[in-house]
Amino acid sequence: MSETRIKQPKPPSLAKRQSTRSRSWQTVAQIAGILPILILLCVLFAILTPRFLTAGNLINIIRQASINIVLAAGMTFVILTGGVDLSVGSILGAAAVVAMLVSLMPGLGGLAIVAALLAGLSFGLLNGALIAYVDLPPFIITLGSYTALRGVAYLLAGGETVINQDIAFAWVGNEQVGPIPWLVIISLAVIVMGWVILKRTVLGTHIYAVGGNRRAARLTGIKVNQVLLFVYGVSGLLSGLAGVMSASRLYSANGMLGEGYELDAIAAVILGGTSFAGGIGTIWGTLVGALIIAILNNGLTLLQVPFFWQLVVKGTVIIGAVTIDRVRTRSVAR
Amino acid sequence: MANASTFKATIPLLEMQGISKYFHGVAALEQVSLQVFAGEVHALMGENGAGKSTLMKILAGAYIADEGSIHLAGRPLLVRNPNDARQAGISLIYQELNVAPNLTVAENIFMGQEHTRTGGLLDTARMHQQANDLLQRLQASFAADTPTADLSIAEQQQVEIARALKDNSRILVMDEPTAALSDRETEQLFAIINRLRDNNIAIIYISHRMEEIYALADRVSVLRDGRCVGSLTQNELSSERLVQMMVGRPLQDFYEHKVHPPILQGSPPLLEVKALTDGNSIGPASLELYPGEILGLAGLVGAGRTELARLIFGADPKAGGELHLHQQPLNTANPGAAIAAGIGYVPEDRKDQGLFLDMSSQNNIVMNVLRPHAAGGMLRLKALQQVAVNAIEALNIRLASPALKARALSGGNQQKLLLARWLAIKPKVLILDEPTRGVDIGAKSEIYRIISNLAAQGIGILMISSDLPEVIGMSDRVLVMRSGQIVGEVGGQTAEAITQETIMAYATGVKNPTQP
Repeated sequence: MSETRIKQPKPPSLAKRQSTRSRSWQTVAQIAGILPILILLCVLFAILTPRFLTAGNLINIIRQASINIVLAAGMTFVILTGGVDLSVGSILGAAAVVAMLVSLMPGLGGLAIVAALLAGLSFGLLNGALIAYVDLPPFIITLGSYTALRGVAYLLAGGETVINQDIAFAWVGNEQVGPIPWLVIISLAVIVMGWVILKRTVLGTHIYAVGGNRRAARLTGIKVNQVLLFVYGVSGLLSGLAGVMSASRLYSANGMLGEGYELDAIAAVILGGTSFAGGIGTIWGTLVGALIIAILNNGLTLLQVPFFWQLVVKGTVIIGAVTIDRVRTRSVAR
Repeated sequence: MANASTFKATIPLLEMQGISKYFHGVAALEQVSLQVFAGEVHALMGENGAGKSTLMKILAGAYIADEGSIHLAGRPLLVRNPNDARQAGISLIYQELNVAPNLTVAENIFMGQEHTRTGGLLDTARMHQQANDLLQRLQASFAADTPTADLSIAEQQQVEIARALKDNSRILVMDEPTAALSDRETEQLFAIINRLRDNNIAIIYISHRMEEIYALADRVSVLRDGRCVGSLTQNELSSERLVQMMVGRPLQDFYEHKVHPPILQGSPPLLEVKALTDGNSIGPASLELYPGEILGLAGLVGAGRTELARLIFGADPKAGGELHLHQQPLNTANPGAAIAAGIGYVPEDRKDQGLFLDMSSQNNIVMNVLRPHAAGGMLRLKALQQVAVNAIEALNIRLASPALKARALSGGNQQKLLLARWLAIKPKVLILDEPTRGVDIGAKSEIYRIISNLAAQGIGILMISSDLPEVIGMSDRVLVMRSGQIVGEVGGQTAEAITQETIMAYATGVKNPTQP
């Protein structure tokens, strides 16, 4: 029984009211939601300290943000499907240790990057396989791998710090092309590649479809499990890449590396306007989100705000910014 | 069984008078009156959407009537919320049972009204004692401390009845209580209902099944299109009369499909379904769909039409049966395989199962043809846009831009988006599940025109609909389902014409395939 025959007259075409909107406009709006906050923070810090708005410092900010940008890019893929990956920090640690260990192997030093990327990819695919085929919530699976892979990182490092002053991939963390560090180039390249996949490929469209309406996605013949496998694989691979970046910068790695990084990555994605429920969001938003976090770190340090207060401010800004964004999009879209 | 004539002398226990209810200015109920006496089983009948649920939700306080009054034992009663109804002794047992499987029977019975001792601790002993007393009154075969998850559907229903008894309910509304019960469980339920009636409780019993009405009801009231078309006492009951009261409605004339293409004698079927079953409640069902034919699949809600469609489409796993498309065996192991073979499925709940509401209309349209319009995984955006623009023009979808989110479109245009998505795969067979549900009249007739055009192009259309005038107006042939089986065929080359009476006779079980 239902009121199937009750006709509900629709209000005069909602479509007309929003006639000026287009997709690119919506994308701009999604990023713009958080972009003013980025600009506001820049202006604020520029006024408060003359050392903020210099070319050197701005590049420094992106360099400091680079690892989080890479992690958050992978996290964007995952959150767009309605999931979450808590294990990225642990994978980063384990992959960084793998990179250092391989760099110490005679004759194999050149394979350090490949080994770390493969390690990250495998851990990510393992996450994905468990989530897709065991059908447990991503939060639970990746909470488990968050803990287990942290243990793996410590075990691989033998509880010590693996140091090598002569790594073949030192260029990643320490060299630059002209004025621009490789870290910055890599992280921005990841964002561009993420954008291409998400917006320009079949797979990307399927990712949005799975996050937007999994039931409908299945009924259009989308292989939902393969999509899930892919996004967690990407997240793992990029965590491996971030591990290489960290190890290269430090010429060393230990089991502790990357602790807590998952939370900054999630924060960047959410700040960037991606819906935690999945289906809505852009990778450009994630970039802006990661930059906001980095600017706060940088600016507050320049202002010599004590570290404990920096944490309080950072957390407050995250909640405040997302609240403003939600209120704004609700008033526009509904 | 109580004698009908004794009711006339007494004041009705429940009197609903002149009840009207409007949704968005459209009447769901108009001036409906209902009298129910203590100690009677009062059956409420009507087609899907006739207003039975709305009327009962008003009684239970889930909706508030726009007009009309309710009297309980002669006194005016104001039901503003479910709690008012419960305090007045009105309990509703929905088709979907409201029990928490993780709690015990006693905890379910006392949910929200737990007995406590001083200090706020639960008085478990007292609750178990009372719950066991209630269960004994129902002659239930389980104890109060049983985990509810261990109970059958019928037993869970008894838990709900026990809860109603605990509230000292005088009026018990049961909405299709036997829908999920076996024959034996149904008998047990009837025994319980008879005992409740002997205890002077009034039971309002909603059902589509004639045999149950005969077995139980003292009186029957029939609703049609939101109006009460009359009441019959037990000795006036006849199935012909009931069916006529339930249907008998003028056909609207906006159905486009007026010319039914003759199916060529001996032409091979486009799609053949043989003994398809889910191994449980659906099938084995067989049907043949011919090119250019609109085959209606009628039946009451819960008859298994959607489930059968999902089996054909590969959305649910099959336990047996075969499919043949163009006389070639076809295995639709999953929706992808069905789509590849040229079978499309527009699901009944477009928001829940069809649309990507936050995606652009364009992406909603092209979702099934991304791969053919991609090179090396990269989308050819221009080509996709062309697909979308063509579809929007062909189906006259009204939107400002293909980039507009699907969420922003009206129900009719959303439905056309889904049709467009499936037309893009150039289907051979299109399964439409309630294609005009929640769509306004204007868009409805446009959708009928589209469906008719598709059939004219040789596409075989299997149309599930609960809207009888729609089934009659559009179908070349109609199959009727009941309890997971195809129980009748009307129209086409059968002896019976497609009418509300012939369809309802099969759908309600007045007519069985075994005893035509």
